[in-house]
Amino acid sequence: MSTVTTARPAARPAAGRPASRRRLITVAGGLVLPVALLAAWQAAASTGVYSVAQLPPPLSVAQALGELVDGGLLWQHIAISVQRVLIGFAAGSALGFALGALVGLSATVRTLLAPSIAALRAVPSLAWVPLLVLWLGIGEGPKITLVAIGSFFPVYTTLSAALAHTDPHLVELGRAYGLRGASLLGRIMLPGVAPSIFSGLRLGLAQGWLFLVAAELIASSMGLGFLLTDSQNTGRTDILLLAILLLAALGKTCDVLLGLVERRVLRTHS
Amino acid sequence: MSPHIAGIAPAGVSLSDVGRAFGAHVVLRDIDLEVAPGEVVALLGASGCGKSTLLRLVGGLDHATSGSVKVDGAEVTGIDPRCAVVFQEPRLLPWRTLAANVALGLPRDLPRSERAAQARHWLGVVELERFEGHRPRQVSGGMAQRTALARALARRPGVLLLDEPFAALDALTRLRMQNLVEEVQRRAGTTILLVTHDVDEALRLADRIVLLAAEPGGAPGTTVAATVHVPGELDPADAALLRDDLLTRLGVPQRTTPAPKETVV
Repeated sequence: MSTVTTARPAARPAAGRPASRRRLITVAGGLVLPVALLAAWQAAASTGVYSVAQLPPPLSVAQALGELVDGGLLWQHIAISVQRVLIGFAAGSALGFALGALVGLSATVRTLLAPSIAALRAVPSLAWVPLLVLWLGIGEGPKITLVAIGSFFPVYTTLSAALAHTDPHLVELGRAYGLRGASLLGRIMLPGVAPSIFSGLRLGLAQGWLFLVAAELIASSMGLGFLLTDSQNTGRTDILLLAILLLAALGKTCDVLLGLVERRVLRTHS
Repeated sequence: MSPHIAGIAPAGVSLSDVGRAFGAHVVLRDIDLEVAPGEVVALLGASGCGKSTLLRLVGGLDHATSGSVKVDGAEVTGIDPRCAVVFQEPRLLPWRTLAANVALGLPRDLPRSERAAQARHWLGVVELERFEGHRPRQVSGGMAQRTALARALARRPGVLLLDEPFAALDALTRLRMQNLVEEVQRRAGTTILLVTHDVDEALRLADRIVLLAAEPGGAPGTTVAATVHVPGELDPADAALLRDDLLTRLGVPQRTTPAPKETVV
């Protein structure tokens, strides 16, 4: 609910400033820092503070982009990374949703599971890598699993916490009006925590991208994480920077898309 | 003028020897109460005396530790479809429109169009049809509580359970709500159990007032301390006497009884 209200500051009278214009200002405001960084980058590269091997100028990164696009490799790297994130995110968030609901709704399940899950959550992502390779080999399995682990926790944590704090008055109301079990969950409890579900999903997706890079350190031959390590090994700092920029752009795009879905769903909601 | 109210068959309520204890703490004991179909009974008592608990027993939101609670002659076991509760707070779902909130009280198996029509109908009964598309946050507390009443009526309850439904409203809104309940009851003939600590409200709406209190020096737990029939036509002097009597019994002695005229002048 709060996300919706903050996204729509229309409460104050629109003082002759139409929505489209406000939106333009917001977008332009968000671009100020990237443009400044780009300028600083260019300045630092051209004044020779750093060597080209340390910091290639923006233009050579653009050239590296062209090079990869021409070779047809870029799309492969992007596609495989996106695929890993989407499959991993779907699996991880589904599991996070299911376990989060169980832990949030049942005190018994909470007592049994919550401490163990909290302990697992404390394990750093890279610590899973050797074990996953040992168990699942070096194919897609361990990479997707690692992304799933990354997506699982934010969804699980936000949903279980939100459900545990559902308004008991509304739950009692639902019971008094004949709702129970799945209908109580579907009509009262889940709609009540919908904003939390979405913030969990967005955090889970972001963490999926974080874990992807760790996952692609596992003997991979494709993907943006591979591009990172490969360019580091071959001294192609331009490609290294490109990979970082691409990860930022893709992560942001995913978040924006999910944010659009969120706005659509929550618009009718509060 | 107002929409037609039909399909409500008032049910009787029967409590015999009902007790409710939470562990060693006895809240209610030895409650015997018969409510005839169509009767309006106010449960009056000090706060914390267990009157809401009693109402929850009838609605099946809680269970008695002893005795039996029957609605329309059948034992109450769990949430009872013959009862509808209006709580002290409106308890509307903030993400639903007023109409969709009212629809929560409708039977689940109705077709979609029929649900919408009936929800609108019941909103009309509480004079809110113009606000069907509003969200609970966009309307006043009194309107929200009227919506809660419409939601309860949509259940076509044999017994309407009102748990201090006007306590949180301002004085004027409260009077309006009391008028509304009075009118709905007159037209629908529904049985009403009203929990209140407001003596005037009880006198105004109820056919009978059941005073709940612990017996001084007796066993712990609230029980029926007195039952007062409220005459249909109550003249102001009698009403004042009754009011003072009830307040005294509630532990708030009154000295507002009209004194003989000459001493006033």
